Amino acid sequence: MGLLSDPNRRRALTKLLTRLNAPICVMCYLAGVAWFMGLAFEPFTLRTYMSENAMGSTMVEERFPAGERALATGREFAAHKKKVGGMPVDWLVKTMQSRGLEVFTQSFTRKLPFPDENKERYMVRGTNVYGILRAPRAPRTEALVLSAPCSEGNNNNQAVGLLLGLAQYFRSQIHWAKDIIFLVNEHDLIGMQAWLEGYHHTNTTGGDWSPLQGRGGSIQAALSLELSSDVITSLDLVLEGLNGQLPNLDLANLFYAFCQKIGVLCTIQGKLQRNDWDTTSGYSHAAQTMMLMVLKQASGRPWGDHGLFLRYHIEAASIRGINSFRQYKTDTTTIGRLLEGMYRKLNNLLERLHQSYFFYLMPSLSRFVSIGYYMPAFGLLAVILLLQVLNLLVYVGIIDSFLLSPSVLHQPSSPGVLSILTPVVISHMTGVALYTLPILSQEMAVQHFPVSETEAVVLTAIAIYTAGLALPHNTHRLLQGEGTEEGWRVLKLVALLYLAVLLGCTALINFSLGFILALSLVPIAAFITPHTPKALSAAIMVLLSPGCTLLYCVFVFQELQETPVSLQDGWMLFLSVISQGILDHALYGSLVYPLLALLIYPCWLLLWNILFWK
Amino acid sequence: MAAPLTLLLIVAVTIRAVLFRSSLAELIPERVEVVSPLNAWKRVVEGLALLDLGVSPYAGDVFHETPLIIYFFHFVSDYAEIVFMMADALTAVALYLAVKDYNKTVFRKQKYALEAERYPLDCLELIRTPKEMYYIPLKVAMFYLLNPFTILSCVAKSTCGLNNAVIALFILCTVKGSSLMSAIFLALATYQSIYPLTLFAPALLYLLQRLYIPVNWQRSSFWLFTTQYTFMYLGSLCVMVCLSFFLLSSWDFLSSVYGFILSVPDLTPNIGLFWYFFAEMFEHFRLFFICVFQINVFFYTIPLSIKLKEHPIFLIFMQIAIISIFKSYPTVGDIALYMAFLPAWNHLYRFLRNIFLVSVVLLACSTLFPVLWHLWIYAGSANSNFYYAITLLFNVAQILLVSDYFYAYLRREHHLTHGLYLKRKDGSEATLVLK
Repeated sequence: MGLLSDPNRRRALTKLLTRLNAPICVMCYLAGVAWFMGLAFEPFTLRTYMSENAMGSTMVEERFPAGERALATGREFAAHKKKVGGMPVDWLVKTMQSRGLEVFTQSFTRKLPFPDENKERYMVRGTNVYGILRAPRAPRTEALVLSAPCSEGNNNNQAVGLLLGLAQYFRSQIHWAKDIIFLVNEHDLIGMQAWLEGYHHTNTTGGDWSPLQGRGGSIQAALSLELSSDVITSLDLVLEGLNGQLPNLDLANLFYAFCQKIGVLCTIQGKLQRNDWDTTSGYSHAAQTMMLMVLKQASGRPWGDHGLFLRYHIEAASIRGINSFRQYKTDTTTIGRLLEGMYRKLNNLLERLHQSYFFYLMPSLSRFVSIGYYMPAFGLLAVILLLQVLNLLVYVGIIDSFLLSPSVLHQPSSPGVLSILTPVVISHMTGVALYTLPILSQEMAVQHFPVSETEAVVLTAIAIYTAGLALPHNTHRLLQGEGTEEGWRVLKLVALLYLAVLLGCTALINFSLGFILALSLVPIAAFITPHTPKALSAAIMVLLSPGCTLLYCVFVFQELQETPVSLQDGWMLFLSVISQGILDHALYGSLVYPLLALLIYPCWLLLWNILFWK
Repeated sequence: MAAPLTLLLIVAVTIRAVLFRSSLAELIPERVEVVSPLNAWKRVVEGLALLDLGVSPYAGDVFHETPLIIYFFHFVSDYAEIVFMMADALTAVALYLAVKDYNKTVFRKQKYALEAERYPLDCLELIRTPKEMYYIPLKVAMFYLLNPFTILSCVAKSTCGLNNAVIALFILCTVKGSSLMSAIFLALATYQSIYPLTLFAPALLYLLQRLYIPVNWQRSSFWLFTTQYTFMYLGSLCVMVCLSFFLLSSWDFLSSVYGFILSVPDLTPNIGLFWYFFAEMFEHFRLFFICVFQINVFFYTIPLSIKLKEHPIFLIFMQIAIISIFKSYPTVGDIALYMAFLPAWNHLYRFLRNIFLVSVVLLACSTLFPVLWHLWIYAGSANSNFYYAITLLFNVAQILLVSDYFYAYLRREHHLTHGLYLKRKDGSEATLVLK
């Protein structure tokens, strides 16, 4: 209690903190960034290890022999797919039945809020086919899922072939203690969403699907397989799911362990692991891998078909076969053995995967950074906001009153609730407009301007975003009267606290998103006052606004994926990212778009308001 | 002053009515922060269904309300929304009238003290003026009605709102000096949730003060009144318990209600301190620690009553706050009740030291509750430790808030007797330090 009650010590501490405020803030920011970059340095990371006992010590033998036959099935599937011009439902049902599964279908339709130009779809109609292999050894209370998407063109035929081959092989085995569900989903995530909602009897996003006729037990884990060639050079593991959720680290460990055992090259974020961590290029490789993970996680979208499983508390990952020009090739039999091994181990689970970490970043497949190590990076940035709050408190005079004996007390002249509330309300109204108008007004925009629906939505969003910048002048007129010096300080106090709580909550749910937003928003929140040079500060603020941050992220992402784009292409990509973000929210309930539109953007507008305080 | 109060009531009722009709009305009653096993509406409905079937409502170990409540809702369950809104309105009006009357008393006392020149000269700036006191009752009503915690609690149809109304009526009757009504409402509040038992001491002190009876062990008038009040209190409590027995013709409710409150068998997470602690504990320590935790709630009555015996209304505030922090199944509705009193202590503002920090922590915690709950229950990525950490922080902030007000109150009283500008023995300016 000493520090809280002894006025002298408090005064000394406050004085120290306010006098050194600027240098401490700069130090914290640099330390935060440095800490984050340091996370990719191998000595600071932990080696992954299997925490789950049930999957660790038990030995399994992989004997899947029928790779060639699976490929033949895949070719047959491709032929039927071409003939029907979509999902060959009847053929799949027949084939699955002949392999001894209980087969069911589910049809679904979905009308997108506006056409998706990336995947060229608007009215989506499709069918999911799934077969259940009932567990011979146990009451059927638990299940595992293996899914393969039936995609356009010639993609993923081999995946479906392998899925059917595995189904046939698993049928002949007696080890299974959990139902195994083999799912072929059409229209990737939309089909997956329909199936999962049907399975769990929920309907969160208003899709239209027929109810499921057959069910297994509660799903414990799921893998989604994507395979487009007969032989592959490496397998890529995709973990990032909806809203940046990650599966339990043990699932990644399991995959890595089997890749090591069977001798398949494995990658994460498409990057191989390197052993030269002590060289600059080795470090930068790890840093790039981690940054890719951070960017993908921050986007909040599912990066594979597994992404929606995570919402239902099901550990899931996508495994993607990659065929590059490397000499060393792996055949389908080996991939089949790998999957067999993984399912055998998952079959041994006694409870849901929960032993290992849920919050982690991976600079390589065998190394990870847990929440305790990466949170300080965010904490250092958040401390800046709190220090600024303290600084403002001293100025506004709230602190004085309890610091000193009552003789030097002055009642803080409160600047009127109205002058603070008006900007807050107006910024949030703009946020609501940004959230609702783009989709509502697309028809009108299409009638009056020569643009497609998708462009209309994206451009309306950008227009409202930019129009928000004109607000301070309007707000000021509404205020009737001069804004006082106290006024902006209190407004800034509100904005800083709001931002701190907001970023803190975001970082808890999706660390990457919170950290990226903190990187760009904390500096402007810290330095902004009405007395800084207007033009320069305004330029910096616009450059660090959430929209521009998104643009940079697009470029950085392309750069890290080693597919750099020109400015023109980057801009087009930026537009498509916005439309994808809005679609993700409407289709799967991703939270990034509403978070940015309804909370982060209004908060940034408050700071903008302070800059133009008169 | 009636017009603003009416307007406030209309606004408050409108907000609640809109929320009852919105989609939130289904979400809020599921929140563990808002409802506890004691006061969830779902459980009342279950109890009513059992009662209608002719089974004891306590049969399924789901229902833990008192028999009077279930018979009350037996008649009005179709109008539950209106009942809960009226309970909130009633609480606000009762608090309004109580604080108004209390302020009058405070002002009168201050006038006598000034006339008797009991205050040091430099304390004039601590004297409260009618101008600043004029809006306090309205602010109190506003703090109760527009507090998001109250609104959430009302929309969830948590019976906490009814308990709050009973306590508010008890305070009103006490302030008005009607000892019989005060005893009856105190008995009703005790009957509802045991813990208001600790309000017996402040009520007795206030009524004694009102009748100018000094707290003196040798005086017969003191003993006479104390016996009288105790008798009224115990008598009405006895009547209520017996009435409950005759309504259900069984003593089941004693173990289902009071046993449930005291022995804390339901460890559903809430904003209190019990659930995590007892979920982690070895079974054979359980009894001991339950005793410790429950005694903790009641224990503060003795030192606080001695320290604050001249200021019973502030003591009531402290007691309500302590109950809502340390009780076994706290909800945000309990917090709302003591927070409504904060405007009544406006004059302590200058002596508060951590109010800003504490209010920021309380706000941040309130937003973090749903986030961490989501991470724990829905995403499955966090665990109960995360949620409990926030619960702890929330309670620490509340304790700091209450102790800050306590310290500020004592300090103002100190200044009123010793002067505002304290000098050390050597003549330099002194500061008060709490150690």
